[in-house]
Amino acid sequence: MTSIRKILGFSTTMAATLALVAACGTSAGENAQDSDDGKVHLSVVSLIPGSEKAAFKAFDDQVAAFEKAHPDVDVTPQEYEWKATTFAAQLAGGTLPTVFEVPFTDAQSLIQNRQIADITTEAKKLPYAGSFNPDVLAEMTDPQGNIYALPDLAYGSGLQYNRELFAAAGLDPDKPPTTWQEVRTDAKAIADKTGAAGFAMMGKSNTGGWNLATLTYALGGRIESTDASGATTATVNNPATKQALQMLHSMRWDDNSMGSDFLLDWSGMNQAFAAGKVGMYISGSDVYSALKQTNNIDPKTYGLTTLPMSDSPDAGLLGGGTLAAVKATATPKEKQAAVAWIDFHYLSKYTDQQRATDDAQTQAANKQPVGVPQLPILDRETLTTYESWISDYVDVPLTQMKGFTGGVFDQKLTPEPAVNTQEVYGAMDSVVQTVMTDQGADVDALLTQANTDVQKAIDKSAKS
Amino acid sequence: MSTIPQSKPQSQSQSQSQSSSPPLTPRPRRRSPVTWVRGGGLSTLVFLLPLLLAFGTFSWYPIGRAVVMSVQQTNLVTAPVFVGLDNFRDVLSDPLLWTAVRNTAWFALLALVIGYPLPLALAVLMSEARRLKGFFSALAYLPVVVPPVVAVLLWKFFYDASETGIFNDILGHVGLGPFPWLQSATTAMPSLVLEATWAGAGGTVIIYLAALTGVSPELYDAAEVDGAGLWRKVWNVALPQLRGIMLVTLILQVIGTAQVFLEPYLFTGGGPANSTLTVLLLIYNYAFANSSGGDYGAATALSLMLAVTLALLSALYLRLTRSWSTS
Repeated sequence: MTSIRKILGFSTTMAATLALVAACGTSAGENAQDSDDGKVHLSVVSLIPGSEKAAFKAFDDQVAAFEKAHPDVDVTPQEYEWKATTFAAQLAGGTLPTVFEVPFTDAQSLIQNRQIADITTEAKKLPYAGSFNPDVLAEMTDPQGNIYALPDLAYGSGLQYNRELFAAAGLDPDKPPTTWQEVRTDAKAIADKTGAAGFAMMGKSNTGGWNLATLTYALGGRIESTDASGATTATVNNPATKQALQMLHSMRWDDNSMGSDFLLDWSGMNQAFAAGKVGMYISGSDVYSALKQTNNIDPKTYGLTTLPMSDSPDAGLLGGGTLAAVKATATPKEKQAAVAWIDFHYLSKYTDQQRATDDAQTQAANKQPVGVPQLPILDRETLTTYESWISDYVDVPLTQMKGFTGGVFDQKLTPEPAVNTQEVYGAMDSVVQTVMTDQGADVDALLTQANTDVQKAIDKSAKS
Repeated sequence: MSTIPQSKPQSQSQSQSQSSSPPLTPRPRRRSPVTWVRGGGLSTLVFLLPLLLAFGTFSWYPIGRAVVMSVQQTNLVTAPVFVGLDNFRDVLSDPLLWTAVRNTAWFALLALVIGYPLPLALAVLMSEARRLKGFFSALAYLPVVVPPVVAVLLWKFFYDASETGIFNDILGHVGLGPFPWLQSATTAMPSLVLEATWAGAGGTVIIYLAALTGVSPELYDAAEVDGAGLWRKVWNVALPQLRGIMLVTLILQVIGTAQVFLEPYLFTGGGPANSTLTVLLLIYNYAFANSSGGDYGAATALSLMLAVTLALLSALYLRLTRSWSTS
């Protein structure tokens, strides 16, 4: 009898506790109400955590300027780095700020899952609404033409190189490689003479796949192909990717010019490069901002040139970008304030000279990078005009990036693979890692397996 | 509800009160909320409440939610869809699952071979050093005090595979290496086990040391009289006495290593080429690796399967070792 009583008592207590917890716990989420003081409270992304104090100061100055122009809005900055692994959790947990940034590749699934707000009305009111680069805007528009986010940066991949390591290896820093064969010989020279990694590939957290996809594109191949009916097939097992892997294999095992750490991700690679341990690597043309703000790179060492393209007519430049989106739970007032902020902070400088010079002045005063090479969000003329407006404040070593700025518009800009991009890259990570760490790696078998894995990732996204 | 029997009839109680022993039956009283409060029931509840709330919020509720999510397809943002056992089927047909299980078993085996005898040996040695025992205990426990993430990042630096990496440099002086450590599929897992052993051995050493103090010195004396050296004393006296503790630490280690996440996640992210992908890291990848919304259904399904497997393993283990344990 007593034991039954004990069990009953225990279960009742547990049930009561759970009920109590459930009652107060479940809707911890947004009560999207405007606050009582009449102001609209807007949280926005600021910079990558760990960035330099001066960078944060520059950002705060921008916030102050915006609040002065919009006295009814109170902006709260929030440090943020987009990472494939943490973004989904932040989104689900509701800890993202109201205005946040994601890469182009995520826009369509966010739209499908109704996780970002429809800002068509507010966006159309912007003075330059009709001038967006249509390829860019298409990434964040739904089939009905509603706009769900605004682009704030477009980049093309480039070959980053360390000018000091080039000089130490007896190479001319103003004559970076223009073919992949030259990349290979230069990498060997750097490795032999300086001991640093001549050419490095990223390896983990989907960045290995991203680098491999970039290489594939530059050699004329593609990772995914979508036919007229909209069905997507994995094409990882193509001659260009095979050629890329064989080149990497030779560089790693015959030349020993790829260093000794093959498990770097985007920020790890930046760190290694800024520390002078990497001679060349592939990343976006805008990465100098992160290198300066987060890794405190010495500007003298930085060089940027275009990725060598093969002679194939399909050789393309993998491009991408970042967009600014607004949380789906934002109120109409918050959406208005959000688009006003996006306009002020990210976009208005391209069409308003005063904004451009103010923005550049603030950044330069705080010793932040001004004038990092980018691709046009609006159109090429607008970008050129913008660059002429800020030319007095440019503090990035643009002459060291001539290779890129002079050559990128001759390259065929190609968007990233469209379907389930991050998971596709993730499936390709282990291909890169295997080639880098196993001398006896069978490239054909790896590619066949990778093709199956990528097809699974594509099918999974089609199913959900 | 049973009632307390009434006290014995008058005559008997009188004779009883003449003797010195107190009445054996308690004073009858009705059980009511008032008596419960007076009896200290309210304060019991008040003391229990924080515990219940904490466990309820952070332990039982998430477990309940996980069980529910394992039969749904959900990304925590759009409404969940009931899918029955589909998640379990998808997980079981994922080739990466068997890779993860194999790797986890390999990690557990290596940890057993390297990390299980080591604390025992250290504890036995330390218990012989009477004067410096305290100092050695502190030294052994120091790695446990270092925060796990700090320890891993430190070792990641030591494991630099170039010739100038710290370990390779030291080993190079005695003519060994350079080793690829984390950069090769064959050496990555043992490297992880090495660090995990370094980080965890101290706690177990302290436990064994405490247990060893409970070994009666007369047993050692008796063994010495029979001509036993140090090795025999350890093997025939100390170890059998520690049997109970050793059984417990063994099952704890197996359960702990089956859930290893920190080392693979921070050292290699599961690489190179999924050679350090463990079951828990796979669960993490299911849930969080896809930035467009994770597959929480698959993640919770796999977590459930892991929990059930470990529970069955423990039950089996306790059953089999019942005859060996000291309790």
